[in-house]
Amino acid sequence: MSGWEIFGIWLAALLTLGILTFLYKDNPFYKFCEAFYVGLSAGYWVVSYFWQNLVPYVYDPLKAGIESFGATTILWSQFLAIAPLVLGVMMLARLVPSVGWISRWPLAFVVGYTAGLRMITFLQSNVMTQLQNSVEPVVRMSASGEFMFWETFNVLLVTLGTFAGLLYFYFSKEHKGAFGTISRIGTWFLMVTFGAAFGYTVMGRMSLLIGRIDFLMADWLHIIR
Amino acid sequence: MADEQTPKLSFWQKMLAIDRRAIFAFIFVALIFPLFFEISQEIPVSNDVRMLHEALEAIPDGALVLYSFDYDPPSAPELQPMAIAVIKAGLRKKWRMVYIGLWPQGPIQCDMAFRDAMLDERFKDLKLTYGTDYVNLGFQSGNEAVMQRMGSDIPGTFPRDFRGTPVAQLPIMNGIRNLGNFDFLINISSGYPGTREWVQFGVDRFGLPMVSGSTAVQTTEVSPYVGRQLKGLMGGMRGAAEYEQISNNPGRALKYMVGQSVAHVVVIFFIIVGNIAYFATRKRNQG
Repeated sequence: MSGWEIFGIWLAALLTLGILTFLYKDNPFYKFCEAFYVGLSAGYWVVSYFWQNLVPYVYDPLKAGIESFGATTILWSQFLAIAPLVLGVMMLARLVPSVGWISRWPLAFVVGYTAGLRMITFLQSNVMTQLQNSVEPVVRMSASGEFMFWETFNVLLVTLGTFAGLLYFYFSKEHKGAFGTISRIGTWFLMVTFGAAFGYTVMGRMSLLIGRIDFLMADWLHIIR
Repeated sequence: MADEQTPKLSFWQKMLAIDRRAIFAFIFVALIFPLFFEISQEIPVSNDVRMLHEALEAIPDGALVLYSFDYDPPSAPELQPMAIAVIKAGLRKKWRMVYIGLWPQGPIQCDMAFRDAMLDERFKDLKLTYGTDYVNLGFQSGNEAVMQRMGSDIPGTFPRDFRGTPVAQLPIMNGIRNLGNFDFLINISSGYPGTREWVQFGVDRFGLPMVSGSTAVQTTEVSPYVGRQLKGLMGGMRGAAEYEQISNNPGRALKYMVGQSVAHVVVIFFIIVGNIAYFATRKRNQG
């Protein structure tokens, strides 16, 4: 292991411990680690965006276009890269309050493009296909014609959950009587969903902590394999 | 005098007032203890992971598979074991693998996962050529716009690979124009952009069959896609451990699951104690 690798592991271990000290209480060591993390991430993003976007999408095409002036065919299409460059520079106008309004134009472009792009796909994937997934035969039979109890039970449960959950969000009628009972069942289904989400969240956070502990014990202290 | 002023707390009142740092200490011990022992745990494989395994096994040898690594180091403990396991599946079945990342650190996680997968004894004699058998095209910003453009022009979307080589010089990229040229898509995701967006664009718009590995936090959001839109799903570390088990690739996820289970028991214990204490003290207060 090289000296730099050992230095990296020690640095990562100390920063991990620094972040974990927050569990006891807020302290300057934690603040330093937090600021270090934010700064490092921002720096990484800037460098990454520069080499992955500005260079291949702006610098390279413009360079090719300018170089083509000496050739037989001028590559005019390469100069289209000026358009995103101008929009990007307009976005930076936010830094100067007196001309900050200029940044609304590229922002409007981004919002309009994203809304248009996402609207149809969202409708297709999250509404239409999900609706299609919900329309299932309630009674399930195997290929040999046997009745499948648990599969049928699952479909019935999903059907009841979908129906009751939708009724819970129907506010044009007062939730009482049979309507109220079904909407209360919908509440129970929602509670189960939130519980499952919470359980998964706990599992996720534990996993991250295990990963850090494993790093400290194995890579840093070498007391486990 | 002090004793007269301070009311004596009952056992359950003390339980309700327990310092949160004591709970942290219990969790810490529960997580750390199993790491020192070689304890194995049998994990029942869920239907979602079984479907994922069967879908991957059904991909023919030599197929062209797109991997999208959409996560960063904070999610690595959950997702890195998944990434290693699905790369191993590709190595075993000699798929031609094209790696991309829609998160800036995704391609680095991919490189690390690839190195770890290659450490497996089964692949020590495997002679792979970068650019011919596999390639890492790196990160591209733009989220859904990248997916949309990949549907029509992949070389235009990724003009260079992660090392800066123009894609025209990479033999594996010969003949790849758009997403329709791939046989399968494997996505490892921890948020936006990730599984949800790949389902919307890769699956529903361009018809690419897909499986996903996601963080535990977003599993409940993406699990409704399983079936018609997703061919299988690994959810969190548990999903990774299940896949390691069913694919006979024991790795970090299986190792971590013991600590995970012990910690869950501790959490459940405190939830039960907290509820009993709440009802016991409420009854006493009302009485």
